[in-house]
Amino acid sequence: MFNEFEILETIRMFQEQHLDVRTITMGISLMDCATGDSEKTCQIIYDKICRKAEHLVKTGEDISREYGIPIIHKRISVTPISLVAASGDTRDYTCYARALDRAAAQVGINFIGGFSALVQKGYSDSDRALIASIPEALATTDLVCSSINLATTRVGINMDAVRDMGKIIKQTAELTADQDAIGCAKLVVFANAPDDNPFMAGAFLGPGEPECVINVGVSGPGVVKHAMESARGQDLGVLADTIKRAAFKITRVGQLVAREASRRLDVPFGIIDLSLAPTPVVGDSIARILEEFGLDTCGAWGTTAALAMLNDAVKKGGTMASSFVGGLSGAFIPVSEDEGMIAAVNAGALSLEKLEAMTCVCSVGIDMVAIPGDTPAETISGIIADEMAVGTFNNKTTAVRIIPVPGKTVGDTVSYGGLLGSAPIMKVNSASPADFINRGGRIPAPIHSMKN
Amino acid sequence: MDNTQTKKQTAVITVVGHDRVGIIAAVSRLLADKNVNINDISQTILQDVFTMIMMVDLSKSQEDIKLLADELEALGKSLEISIRIQHTDIFDAMHRI
Repeated sequence: MFNEFEILETIRMFQEQHLDVRTITMGISLMDCATGDSEKTCQIIYDKICRKAEHLVKTGEDISREYGIPIIHKRISVTPISLVAASGDTRDYTCYARALDRAAAQVGINFIGGFSALVQKGYSDSDRALIASIPEALATTDLVCSSINLATTRVGINMDAVRDMGKIIKQTAELTADQDAIGCAKLVVFANAPDDNPFMAGAFLGPGEPECVINVGVSGPGVVKHAMESARGQDLGVLADTIKRAAFKITRVGQLVAREASRRLDVPFGIIDLSLAPTPVVGDSIARILEEFGLDTCGAWGTTAALAMLNDAVKKGGTMASSFVGGLSGAFIPVSEDEGMIAAVNAGALSLEKLEAMTCVCSVGIDMVAIPGDTPAETISGIIADEMAVGTFNNKTTAVRIIPVPGKTVGDTVSYGGLLGSAPIMKVNSASPADFINRGGRIPAPIHSMKN
Repeated sequence: MDNTQTKKQTAVITVVGHDRVGIIAAVSRLLADKNVNINDISQTILQDVFTMIMMVDLSKSQEDIKLLADELEALGKSLEISIRIQHTDIFDAMHRI
C-alpha cells in the first residue's frame, strides 16, 4: 500500500501547490456539418456540438470529485471553421461564431476554439472570409476563440497573412475597446500550430484528427517550484532530475484523468499536453520557478538558459508518464496570467525583446502581452513576423497573442479578471518595419525543411 | 490502468487539522453508517498538525463516493478539520510505476 509520505505528498500537491488538471478538451469534427446553406450549417453545427458534448462538463465534475483532483476547465475544439464554412452561401462568418458561442453556453463550457484558418502557404476564398470576420466575431461572442496558422517549417511564412493579421488585431482591439481590447485575448496566430492542442486560445481540431477525441492539459507550476525548493544549493544535474520527477507525477495524474474521461464519455483518448501553465494566483507562476533556479528576477540574464532546462526536464519526465504526448507541451510564459511575470515587467527586468528570446526555448510565444494602443499595425506584424521566424526556423511551435489596448500607454495596466489576469502595458520598439511588412509574399521554407 | 478491468473500490481518507477528542469516532461512525469498511488506519502528529490516514473499502457500500465526499466534508467543517476522500487510483498513478 502507500506510505504516509506518499499520501501526504499527493494531498499537499492539490491543497497547497495548486496542482490541477487545467483542461479536458473535447475535439469535435465538424467536417460532416458543411452544406450549401450557411444558416442550415450553423444549426447542424450547434446540434452536433450539443449532442457530442452533452455530458462533458458533468463527467469532468464527477471525476474531479471522486479523485479529489481539481479540473479547472472543460472545453471544446472544433474543425477550423474556414473548412466547414467554405461551401456555404455567405462570406460573413460571424454567424458561425455565434453558433459556436450558443453551443458552448448550452453545454456549459467556458471556451470553444476553432474559429480558425490554416493559411501558411496562402489563402483560400474561405480563409479570407474567415479572417475578415474575426473582429466582428470576437466582439459579438463571449466564448469563441480564434486562431490562424501563418507559417510552418515545411512551407515557410505567409507574409501577406502576417501583414493582414496585424491589421485584424488592431481592428479587434478597436471593436472591443470598451473592454480593454479583450477580443485580442481570444485571438492567437501560430507557426507550426499543433492539431491536438487542448489549450486556449489556440485549440482547434486539425483535419487529420478523429471524429471526436479527448485531449487533456495538465499543469503544476507550484508542484515543480516546491520540488525545486528541496534542491536548493544543489547543482543543475540534481535540479534537472528533481524537475523530471515532479513532471512525471503531474503527468500521471493527467493520464489518469484522460483515461477516465475517455472511458466514461466513450470517446477515444488523444493526447496529454505536458505544458506548465501558470494562473494569476500566487504560487502558480512560471516566473517564480525561473527565479528558483537562482535568478534575482525573471528576465535577468540566465533566464533563457533556465527556461530551456526547465522545459526540457518537464518533457523528459512527462514523456515517460503518458503513452501519447502532444499539443504544445512546454512551459507557457504569458505575461498577464502570471503574477511573477507581471512583477518582473513592473520591476523593469523583463522586456518584450527578452520574452522573444525566451520563446526560442519554450512552447508558445509572445503571449497575453498588452502594448500601447497606438502601436502601428505594421509594428504588430513585425512582432508576429519575428515570432513566426523563431518557430519556423527552429522547427517548433510559436505563437503571438498580443493586445494593443486603445487609449492605454506604457505605465498603464489593464485588468481582465479571472484567469486572463492583468497586464502592464509593455514598451514596444518604435522603429518601423513597415516597408518590410508591406513587401508581402512568402518567406521560403528553411533548408532543413527538406528532409525527404 | 487498463480500461476494461473491474475497478477497485478502495479510497484513501485523510484528516488534517487540530487534534481534539472524538475525531476518529466521528469519522468511523459515519463510515459504519454507510457500510464502508476501514482496512487500515494510521495517525500521526506532523509539524503540530494532527494527520490521520484511512484506507477504506467501498465495495459493500451503496453510497456513491461523490456523496460520501460531501458528507465527510460537512463532518470536517463541523469538527473544524479538513477531511478528504480520494479514490486510490490517484495514488497508484502518482507513486507506482
